[in-house]
Amino acid sequence: MREIKAADISAAVAQMCMSANTKLPDDVRRKFEEGHKNETTEAGKEIFRQLLENADLAFETKLPLCQDCGLAIFYVELGEEVFVPGGINKAITEGMVTGYKDGYLRKSSCDPLLRKNTGDNTPAIIHIDFVPGDKLKISYMAKGGGSENMSRVTMLAPSQGWEGIKKFVVQRVAEAGPNPCPPVILGIGIGGTFEYAPKIAKKALLRKLDDVHPDPKVAEMEAELLAAVNKLGIGPMGLGGSYTCLAVKIALAPCHIASLPLAVNVQCHSARHEEVEF
Amino acid sequence: MPTYTLNTPLTDSDIDKLRSGDVVLLNGIIYTGRDAAHKRITDLLDAGKPLPFDLKGASIYYVGPSPAPPGRPIGSAGPTTSYRMDAYAPRLHALGLKASIGKGKRSDEVKKTMQEHKAVYFGATGGAGALLSKCITAAKVIAFEELGPEAVRELTVKDFPLLVINDAFGGELYAKPKLDD
Repeated sequence: MREIKAADISAAVAQMCMSANTKLPDDVRRKFEEGHKNETTEAGKEIFRQLLENADLAFETKLPLCQDCGLAIFYVELGEEVFVPGGINKAITEGMVTGYKDGYLRKSSCDPLLRKNTGDNTPAIIHIDFVPGDKLKISYMAKGGGSENMSRVTMLAPSQGWEGIKKFVVQRVAEAGPNPCPPVILGIGIGGTFEYAPKIAKKALLRKLDDVHPDPKVAEMEAELLAAVNKLGIGPMGLGGSYTCLAVKIALAPCHIASLPLAVNVQCHSARHEEVEF
Repeated sequence: MPTYTLNTPLTDSDIDKLRSGDVVLLNGIIYTGRDAAHKRITDLLDAGKPLPFDLKGASIYYVGPSPAPPGRPIGSAGPTTSYRMDAYAPRLHALGLKASIGKGKRSDEVKKTMQEHKAVYFGATGGAGALLSKCITAAKVIAFEELGPEAVRELTVKDFPLLVINDAFGGELYAKPKLDD
Protein backbone atom coordinates (compact mmCIF):
# COMPACT_ATOMS: atom_id res chain seq x y z
CA MET A 1 0.00 0.00 0.00
CA ARG A 2 1.12 3.54 -0.73
CA GLU A 3 0.26 6.08 1.93
CA ILE A 4 -0.67 9.61 0.89
CA LYS A 5 -1.00 12.15 3.68
CA ALA A 6 -4.42 13.77 4.04
CA ALA A 7 -2.73 17.13 4.71
CA ASP A 8 -0.94 16.94 1.35
CA ILE A 9 -4.23 16.24 -0.42
CA SER A 10 -5.98 19.09 1.41
CA ALA A 11 -3.20 21.55 0.54
CA ALA A 12 -3.28 20.57 -3.14
CA VAL A 13 -7.08 20.79 -3.30
CA ALA A 14 -7.10 24.22 -1.64
CA GLN A 15 -4.54 25.48 -4.13
CA MET A 16 -6.47 23.96 -7.05
CA CYS A 17 -9.73 25.66 -6.01
CA MET A 18 -8.03 29.05 -5.82
CA SER A 19 -6.10 28.61 -9.04
CA ALA A 20 -8.99 27.27 -11.15
CA ASN A 21 -11.23 30.16 -10.12
CA THR A 22 -8.72 32.80 -11.14
CA LYS A 23 -6.97 31.32 -14.17
CA LEU A 24 -8.96 30.61 -17.30
CA PRO A 25 -7.82 27.29 -18.82
CA ASP A 26 -5.62 27.75 -21.91
CA ASP A 27 -7.98 25.79 -24.18
CA VAL A 28 -10.92 28.02 -23.20
CA ARG A 29 -8.82 31.13 -23.71
CA ARG A 30 -7.86 29.96 -27.21
CA LYS A 31 -11.57 29.60 -28.06
CA PHE A 32 -12.24 33.14 -26.79
CA GLU A 33 -9.42 34.46 -28.98
CA GLU A 34 -10.82 32.56 -31.96
CA GLY A 35 -14.30 33.94 -31.24
CA HIS A 36 -12.99 37.47 -30.86
CA LYS A 37 -11.43 37.16 -34.30
CA ASN A 38 -14.16 35.24 -36.14
CA GLU A 39 -17.52 36.07 -34.52
CA THR A 40 -19.85 37.52 -37.13
CA THR A 41 -21.58 40.11 -34.93
CA GLU A 42 -19.96 43.18 -33.39
CA ALA A 43 -21.86 42.61 -30.13
CA GLY A 44 -20.52 39.05 -29.99
CA LYS A 45 -16.96 40.19 -30.67
CA GLU A 46 -17.27 42.74 -27.88
CA ILE A 47 -18.35 40.04 -25.42
CA PHE A 48 -15.25 37.97 -26.28
CA ARG A 49 -13.11 41.09 -25.83
CA GLN A 50 -14.58 41.64 -22.37
CA LEU A 51 -14.11 37.99 -21.42
CA LEU A 52 -10.44 38.09 -22.43
CA GLU A 53 -9.94 41.28 -20.44
CA ASN A 54 -11.77 39.69 -17.51
CA ALA A 55 -9.47 36.66 -17.65
CA ASP A 56 -6.35 38.86 -17.64
CA LEU A 57 -7.68 40.89 -14.74
CA ALA A 58 -8.67 37.82 -12.70
CA PHE A 59 -5.22 36.30 -13.16
CA GLU A 60 -3.51 39.55 -12.18
CA THR A 61 -5.68 40.44 -9.18
CA LYS A 62 -6.70 36.93 -8.04
CA LEU A 63 -10.32 38.03 -8.10
CA PRO A 64 -12.48 35.10 -9.24
CA LEU A 65 -13.24 34.98 -12.98
CA CYS A 66 -16.90 34.80 -12.01
CA GLN A 67 -18.53 35.63 -8.68
CA ASP A 68 -20.30 32.27 -8.89
CA CYS A 69 -17.43 30.07 -7.78
CA GLY A 70 -19.84 27.20 -7.98
CA LEU A 71 -20.49 24.09 -6.05
CA ALA A 72 -17.20 22.22 -5.83
CA ILE A 73 -17.31 19.00 -7.83
CA PHE A 74 -14.49 16.47 -7.56
CA TYR A 75 -13.74 13.44 -9.71
CA VAL A 76 -11.32 11.12 -7.98
CA GLU A 77 -9.43 8.24 -9.52
CA LEU A 78 -8.22 6.41 -6.46
CA GLY A 79 -5.68 3.63 -6.90
CA GLU A 80 -6.72 0.48 -5.08
CA GLU A 81 -3.27 0.35 -3.48
CA VAL A 82 -3.55 3.87 -2.05
CA PHE A 83 -4.24 4.46 1.65
CA VAL A 84 -5.19 7.92 2.94
CA PRO A 85 -5.11 7.97 6.75
CA GLY A 86 -8.13 9.93 7.96
CA GLY A 87 -10.03 9.37 4.72
CA ILE A 88 -10.02 10.91 1.28
CA ASN A 89 -13.48 12.52 1.49
CA LYS A 90 -12.46 14.46 4.58
CA ALA A 91 -9.13 15.46 3.04
CA ILE A 92 -10.79 16.84 -0.08
CA THR A 93 -13.56 18.60 1.83
CA GLU A 94 -11.11 20.30 4.19
CA GLY A 95 -9.00 21.44 1.26
CA MET A 96 -12.04 22.82 -0.52
CA VAL A 97 -13.18 24.74 2.58
CA THR A 98 -9.70 26.25 3.00
CA GLY A 99 -9.43 27.15 -0.68
CA TYR A 100 -12.80 28.88 -0.75
CA LYS A 101 -12.00 30.77 2.44
CA ASP A 102 -8.42 31.82 1.69
CA GLY A 103 -9.17 32.54 -1.98
CA TYR A 104 -12.14 34.81 -1.14
CA LEU A 105 -14.29 32.55 -3.28
CA ARG A 106 -18.06 32.75 -2.98
CA LYS A 107 -19.79 30.13 -0.86
CA SER A 108 -22.88 29.17 -2.85
CA SER A 109 -24.22 26.07 -1.09
CA CYS A 110 -27.49 26.29 0.84
CA ASP A 111 -30.26 24.21 2.41
CA PRO A 112 -32.66 23.35 -0.43
CA LEU A 113 -35.82 24.44 1.38
CA LEU A 114 -34.74 26.79 4.14
CA ARG A 115 -32.26 28.40 1.70
CA LYS A 116 -29.78 28.94 4.54
CA ASN A 117 -26.19 29.12 3.30
CA THR A 118 -23.99 26.35 4.69
CA GLY A 119 -21.32 29.04 5.09
CA ASP A 120 -18.29 27.13 3.82
CA ASN A 121 -19.46 25.78 0.46
CA THR A 122 -19.87 22.29 1.92
CA PRO A 123 -20.69 19.69 0.97
CA ALA A 124 -18.09 19.07 -1.69
CA ILE A 125 -19.60 16.77 -4.28
CA ILE A 126 -17.14 13.92 -4.62
CA HIS A 127 -17.26 11.10 -7.17
CA ILE A 128 -14.74 8.33 -6.51
CA ASP A 129 -13.72 5.67 -9.01
CA PHE A 130 -11.38 2.94 -7.88
CA VAL A 131 -8.67 2.16 -10.41
CA PRO A 132 -5.82 -0.36 -10.38
CA GLY A 133 -2.45 0.83 -9.06
CA ASP A 134 -1.06 3.22 -6.46
CA LYS A 135 -1.79 6.60 -8.03
CA LEU A 136 -4.34 9.24 -7.12
CA LYS A 137 -5.83 11.80 -9.49
CA ILE A 138 -8.25 14.51 -8.35
CA SER A 139 -10.08 16.72 -10.85
CA TYR A 140 -11.93 19.78 -9.59
CA MET A 141 -14.72 21.61 -11.36
CA ALA A 142 -16.34 24.87 -10.19
CA LYS A 143 -19.91 24.44 -11.42
CA GLY A 144 -22.02 27.56 -11.47
CA GLY A 145 -25.76 27.54 -10.81
CA GLY A 146 -26.90 29.54 -13.85
CA SER A 147 -25.75 26.98 -16.38
CA GLU A 148 -26.63 24.03 -14.15
CA ASN A 149 -30.24 25.29 -14.04
CA MET A 150 -30.42 25.03 -17.83
CA SER A 151 -29.35 21.35 -17.80
CA ARG A 152 -31.82 18.51 -18.28
CA VAL A 153 -32.18 14.74 -18.04
CA THR A 154 -34.73 12.90 -20.13
CA MET A 155 -35.63 9.29 -20.79
CA LEU A 156 -36.11 8.93 -24.55
CA ALA A 157 -37.66 5.90 -26.21
CA PRO A 158 -35.09 3.77 -28.05
CA SER A 159 -37.00 4.42 -31.30
CA GLN A 160 -36.11 8.12 -31.06
CA GLY A 161 -32.43 7.33 -31.55
CA TRP A 162 -29.82 9.84 -32.68
CA GLU A 163 -32.38 12.09 -34.38
CA GLY A 164 -34.33 12.32 -31.10
CA ILE A 165 -31.15 13.07 -29.19
CA LYS A 166 -30.17 15.87 -31.58
CA LYS A 167 -33.64 17.37 -31.46
CA PHE A 168 -33.70 17.39 -27.65
CA VAL A 169 -30.24 18.95 -27.34
CA VAL A 170 -30.89 21.69 -29.90
CA GLN A 171 -34.29 22.45 -28.35
CA ARG A 172 -32.68 22.64 -24.91
CA VAL A 173 -30.05 25.15 -26.00
CA ALA A 174 -32.70 27.17 -27.87
CA GLU A 175 -34.93 27.35 -24.80
CA ALA A 176 -32.01 28.22 -22.54
CA GLY A 177 -31.13 31.11 -24.88
CA PRO A 178 -29.05 33.76 -23.13
CA ASN A 179 -29.64 32.36 -19.62
CA PRO A 180 -26.64 30.04 -19.11
CA CYS A 181 -23.99 32.59 -20.24
CA PRO A 182 -23.34 31.43 -23.80
CA PRO A 183 -21.15 30.51 -25.56
CA VAL A 184 -21.76 27.30 -23.68
CA ILE A 185 -20.06 23.94 -23.58
CA LEU A 186 -22.30 20.88 -23.65
CA GLY A 187 -21.62 17.67 -21.77
CA ILE A 188 -23.90 15.02 -23.26
CA GLY A 189 -24.48 11.69 -21.52
CA ILE A 190 -26.13 9.08 -23.73
CA GLY A 191 -27.17 5.77 -22.18
CA GLY A 192 -26.64 4.41 -18.71
CA THR A 193 -29.52 4.95 -16.30
CA PHE A 194 -31.48 7.86 -14.84
CA GLU A 195 -28.62 8.75 -12.48
CA TYR A 196 -25.70 7.59 -14.60
CA ALA A 197 -26.38 9.62 -17.76
CA PRO A 198 -25.91 13.01 -16.01
CA LYS A 199 -22.90 11.70 -14.17
CA ILE A 200 -21.03 10.92 -17.38
CA ALA A 201 -22.39 14.07 -19.05
CA LYS A 202 -20.82 16.25 -16.37
CA LYS A 203 -17.56 14.34 -16.31
CA ALA A 204 -17.28 14.83 -20.09
CA LEU A 205 -16.97 18.57 -19.38
CA LEU A 206 -13.48 17.91 -18.01
CA ARG A 207 -12.21 17.20 -21.52
CA LYS A 208 -10.14 19.81 -23.35
CA LEU A 209 -12.29 21.90 -25.68
CA ASP A 210 -10.07 21.18 -28.67
CA ASP A 211 -9.55 17.45 -28.12
CA VAL A 212 -11.02 14.93 -30.54
CA HIS A 213 -12.96 11.94 -29.25
CA PRO A 214 -10.91 8.76 -29.85
CA ASP A 215 -13.91 7.05 -31.46
CA PRO A 216 -14.31 8.65 -34.92
CA LYS A 217 -18.05 7.95 -34.93
CA VAL A 218 -18.52 9.84 -31.64
CA ALA A 219 -16.21 12.60 -32.85
CA GLU A 220 -18.49 12.98 -35.85
CA MET A 221 -21.58 13.10 -33.61
CA GLU A 222 -19.96 15.83 -31.51
CA ALA A 223 -19.19 17.88 -34.62
CA GLU A 224 -22.72 17.40 -35.95
CA LEU A 225 -24.31 18.54 -32.69
CA LEU A 226 -21.96 21.52 -32.41
CA ALA A 227 -22.90 22.67 -35.92
CA ALA A 228 -26.63 22.16 -35.26
CA VAL A 229 -26.50 24.16 -32.02
CA ASN A 230 -24.46 26.96 -33.54
CA LYS A 231 -27.03 27.36 -36.33
CA LEU A 232 -29.39 28.73 -33.64
CA GLY A 233 -27.63 32.09 -33.82
CA ILE A 234 -28.01 32.83 -30.09
CA GLY A 235 -24.41 34.03 -29.89
CA PRO A 236 -22.29 35.29 -26.99
CA MET A 237 -24.55 36.31 -24.07
CA GLY A 238 -27.55 35.89 -26.38
CA LEU A 239 -26.69 38.97 -28.43
CA GLY A 240 -26.62 37.04 -31.73
CA GLY A 241 -23.79 35.38 -33.62
CA SER A 242 -22.21 32.15 -34.67
CA TYR A 243 -20.64 31.25 -31.31
CA THR A 244 -23.49 29.82 -29.26
CA CYS A 245 -21.48 26.77 -28.24
CA LEU A 246 -17.71 26.27 -28.00
CA ALA A 247 -17.67 22.47 -27.85
CA VAL A 248 -19.84 19.38 -27.44
CA LYS A 249 -18.44 16.47 -25.44
CA ILE A 250 -20.32 13.17 -25.61
CA ALA A 251 -20.02 10.23 -23.23
CA LEU A 252 -21.73 6.94 -24.01
CA ALA A 253 -22.71 4.06 -21.75
CA PRO A 254 -24.69 0.87 -22.36
CA CYS A 255 -28.30 1.14 -21.22
CA HIS A 256 -31.35 -1.02 -20.59
CA ILE A 257 -33.01 -2.50 -23.70
CA ALA A 258 -36.13 -0.46 -22.83
CA SER A 259 -34.36 2.91 -22.39
CA LEU A 260 -32.43 5.70 -24.03
CA PRO A 261 -31.40 8.00 -21.17
CA LEU A 262 -30.09 11.39 -22.24
CA ALA A 263 -28.46 14.06 -20.10
CA VAL A 264 -27.50 17.54 -21.27
CA ASN A 265 -25.21 19.28 -18.81
CA VAL A 266 -24.81 22.89 -19.82
CA GLN A 267 -21.55 24.60 -18.88
CA CYS A 268 -21.12 28.36 -19.12
CA HIS A 269 -18.17 29.89 -20.97
CA SER A 270 -16.31 30.25 -17.68
CA ALA A 271 -15.32 26.57 -17.75
CA ARG A 272 -13.16 26.29 -14.67
CA HIS A 273 -11.47 23.01 -13.84
CA GLU A 274 -8.05 21.70 -12.88
CA GLU A 275 -6.53 18.42 -11.84
CA VAL A 276 -3.76 17.22 -9.59
CA GLU A 277 -1.97 13.89 -9.44
CA PHE A 278 -0.16 12.13 -6.63
CA MET B 1 -25.18 52.42 -31.11
CA PRO B 2 -26.26 55.27 -28.78
CA THR B 3 -24.42 55.50 -25.47
CA TYR B 4 -25.90 57.28 -22.48
CA THR B 5 -24.26 58.20 -19.22
CA LEU B 6 -26.96 58.14 -16.56
CA ASN B 7 -27.10 58.88 -12.85
CA THR B 8 -29.26 57.12 -10.30
CA PRO B 9 -31.98 57.46 -9.18
CA LEU B 10 -33.38 57.05 -12.70
CA THR B 11 -36.29 59.22 -13.81
CA ASP B 12 -39.12 58.71 -16.29
CA SER B 13 -37.33 60.94 -18.78
CA ASP B 14 -34.19 58.78 -18.51
CA ILE B 15 -36.29 55.70 -19.24
CA ASP B 16 -38.13 57.41 -22.12
CA LYS B 17 -34.97 57.90 -24.14
CA LEU B 18 -33.66 54.34 -23.80
CA ARG B 19 -34.17 51.71 -26.49
CA SER B 20 -33.10 48.08 -26.68
CA GLY B 21 -29.49 47.89 -27.79
CA ASP B 22 -28.44 51.20 -26.27
CA VAL B 23 -25.32 51.23 -24.12
CA VAL B 24 -25.68 52.82 -20.70
CA LEU B 25 -22.88 53.79 -18.34
CA LEU B 26 -24.58 53.92 -14.98
CA ASN B 27 -23.37 56.10 -12.11
CA GLY B 28 -24.42 56.51 -8.51
CA ILE B 29 -26.07 54.16 -6.02
CA ILE B 30 -27.55 50.80 -6.98
CA TYR B 31 -28.76 48.00 -4.73
CA THR B 32 -27.96 44.31 -4.89
CA GLY B 33 -30.64 41.70 -4.47
CA ARG B 34 -31.11 38.17 -5.71
CA ASP B 35 -33.28 35.19 -4.82
CA ALA B 36 -33.34 35.21 -1.01
CA ALA B 37 -33.30 39.02 -0.71
CA HIS B 38 -36.30 39.31 -3.04
CA LYS B 39 -38.18 36.85 -0.87
CA ARG B 40 -37.35 38.92 2.24
CA ILE B 41 -38.32 42.19 0.54
CA THR B 42 -41.65 40.68 -0.49
CA ASP B 43 -42.21 39.44 3.07
CA LEU B 44 -41.58 43.00 4.34
CA LEU B 45 -44.08 44.40 1.84
CA ASP B 46 -46.66 41.78 2.87
CA ALA B 47 -46.17 42.75 6.50
CA GLY B 48 -46.45 46.48 5.67
CA LYS B 49 -42.94 47.09 7.02
CA PRO B 50 -40.38 49.58 5.63
CA LEU B 51 -37.88 48.37 3.04
CA PRO B 52 -34.11 48.69 3.45
CA PHE B 53 -33.99 51.21 0.59
CA ASP B 54 -36.36 53.51 -1.30
CA LEU B 55 -37.71 51.79 -4.42
CA LYS B 56 -38.60 55.10 -6.12
CA GLY B 57 -36.21 55.47 -9.05
CA ALA B 58 -34.09 52.61 -7.75
CA SER B 59 -32.00 50.14 -9.74
CA ILE B 60 -31.57 46.60 -8.45
CA TYR B 61 -28.56 44.56 -9.53
CA TYR B 62 -29.15 40.80 -9.46
CA VAL B 63 -25.78 39.78 -8.05
CA GLY B 64 -24.24 37.82 -5.22
CA PRO B 65 -20.67 39.08 -5.15
CA SER B 66 -17.71 37.03 -4.02
CA PRO B 67 -16.15 38.21 -0.72
CA ALA B 68 -14.07 41.38 -0.84
CA PRO B 69 -10.36 40.64 -0.49
CA PRO B 70 -8.32 43.05 1.65
CA GLY B 71 -7.95 46.46 0.01
CA ARG B 72 -10.93 46.11 -2.33
CA PRO B 73 -14.54 47.27 -1.86
CA ILE B 74 -15.97 44.06 -3.32
CA GLY B 75 -14.98 40.79 -4.93
CA SER B 76 -16.12 39.63 -8.36
CA ALA B 77 -19.56 40.99 -9.11
CA GLY B 78 -21.17 39.89 -12.36
CA PRO B 79 -24.89 39.39 -12.96
CA THR B 80 -26.91 36.30 -12.06
CA THR B 81 -29.73 34.91 -14.24
CA SER B 82 -32.74 37.20 -14.00
CA TYR B 83 -35.74 34.92 -14.63
CA ARG B 84 -35.60 33.72 -11.03
CA MET B 85 -36.61 37.23 -9.93
CA ASP B 86 -39.52 37.41 -12.41
CA ALA B 87 -41.94 36.33 -9.69
CA TYR B 88 -41.04 39.41 -7.63
CA ALA B 89 -40.20 42.08 -10.21
CA PRO B 90 -43.70 43.26 -11.27
CA ARG B 91 -44.63 44.24 -7.72
CA LEU B 92 -41.37 46.17 -7.30
CA HIS B 93 -41.80 47.99 -10.62
CA ALA B 94 -45.31 49.00 -9.55
CA LEU B 95 -43.73 50.56 -6.45
CA GLY B 96 -41.23 52.63 -8.41
CA LEU B 97 -38.31 50.35 -9.31
CA LYS B 98 -36.91 51.84 -12.53
CA ALA B 99 -34.34 49.26 -13.56
CA SER B 100 -33.15 45.76 -12.92
CA ILE B 101 -29.72 44.55 -13.97
CA GLY B 102 -28.98 40.91 -14.74
CA LYS B 103 -28.55 38.46 -17.58
CA GLY B 104 -30.96 36.26 -19.49
CA LYS B 105 -34.59 36.41 -20.53
CA ARG B 106 -37.48 38.04 -18.66
CA SER B 107 -41.07 36.84 -18.56
CA ASP B 108 -43.79 38.44 -20.64
CA GLU B 109 -45.39 39.64 -17.43
CA VAL B 110 -42.22 41.47 -16.35
CA LYS B 111 -41.85 43.05 -19.79
CA LYS B 112 -45.47 44.20 -19.71
CA THR B 113 -45.04 45.67 -16.23
CA MET B 114 -41.95 47.55 -17.37
CA GLN B 115 -44.02 49.17 -20.13
CA GLU B 116 -46.81 50.07 -17.72
CA HIS B 117 -44.52 51.60 -15.12
CA LYS B 118 -41.72 53.02 -17.32
CA ALA B 119 -38.83 50.78 -16.41
CA VAL B 120 -36.01 48.99 -18.20
CA TYR B 121 -34.07 45.78 -17.94
CA PHE B 122 -30.31 46.09 -18.35
CA GLY B 123 -27.94 43.27 -19.21
CA ALA B 124 -24.43 43.14 -17.81
CA THR B 125 -21.88 40.67 -19.17
CA GLY B 126 -22.18 37.35 -17.38
CA GLY B 127 -18.93 35.73 -16.37
CA ALA B 128 -17.06 39.03 -16.37
CA GLY B 129 -17.29 39.56 -12.62
CA ALA B 130 -13.69 40.63 -12.11
CA LEU B 131 -13.96 43.23 -14.87
CA LEU B 132 -17.30 44.60 -13.65
CA SER B 133 -15.99 44.93 -10.09
CA LYS B 134 -13.63 47.65 -11.35
CA CYS B 135 -16.65 49.91 -11.79
CA ILE B 136 -17.80 49.44 -8.19
CA THR B 137 -16.11 51.99 -5.98
CA ALA B 138 -17.88 51.27 -2.69
CA ALA B 139 -20.06 48.56 -1.20
CA LYS B 140 -21.82 48.15 2.13
CA VAL B 141 -24.35 45.64 3.42
CA ILE B 142 -27.57 47.45 4.33
CA ALA B 143 -29.91 44.51 5.06
CA PHE B 144 -30.16 40.77 5.65
CA GLU B 145 -26.47 40.36 6.50
CA GLU B 146 -27.14 36.74 7.51
CA LEU B 147 -27.78 35.92 3.85
CA GLY B 148 -24.05 36.24 3.14
CA PRO B 149 -23.58 36.67 -0.63
CA GLU B 150 -27.34 37.23 -0.94
CA ALA B 151 -27.45 40.17 1.51
CA VAL B 152 -28.69 43.51 0.17
CA ARG B 153 -25.76 45.80 -0.53
CA GLU B 154 -25.61 49.44 -1.48
CA LEU B 155 -23.08 49.79 -4.29
CA THR B 156 -21.57 52.97 -5.63
CA VAL B 157 -20.88 52.50 -9.32
CA LYS B 158 -18.90 54.55 -11.79
CA ASP B 159 -19.60 54.14 -15.52
CA PHE B 160 -21.01 50.66 -14.92
CA PRO B 161 -21.35 49.23 -18.47
CA LEU B 162 -24.82 48.00 -19.38
CA LEU B 163 -26.88 47.13 -22.43
CA VAL B 164 -30.59 47.86 -22.62
CA ILE B 165 -32.13 44.42 -23.17
CA ASN B 166 -35.81 45.34 -22.70
CA ASP B 167 -36.90 48.95 -22.97
CA ALA B 168 -40.19 50.46 -21.80
CA PHE B 169 -41.69 50.19 -25.29
CA GLY B 170 -41.66 46.43 -25.83
CA GLY B 171 -38.19 46.32 -27.39
CA GLU B 172 -36.14 43.13 -27.06
CA LEU B 173 -32.42 42.80 -27.72
CA TYR B 174 -31.91 39.04 -27.38
CA ALA B 175 -31.55 37.04 -30.58
CA LYS B 176 -34.48 34.71 -31.27
CA PRO B 177 -33.16 31.16 -31.76
CA LYS B 178 -33.45 29.99 -35.36
CA LEU B 179 -35.28 26.67 -35.22
CA ASP B 180 -36.18 24.77 -38.39
CA ASP B 181 -39.73 23.82 -37.39
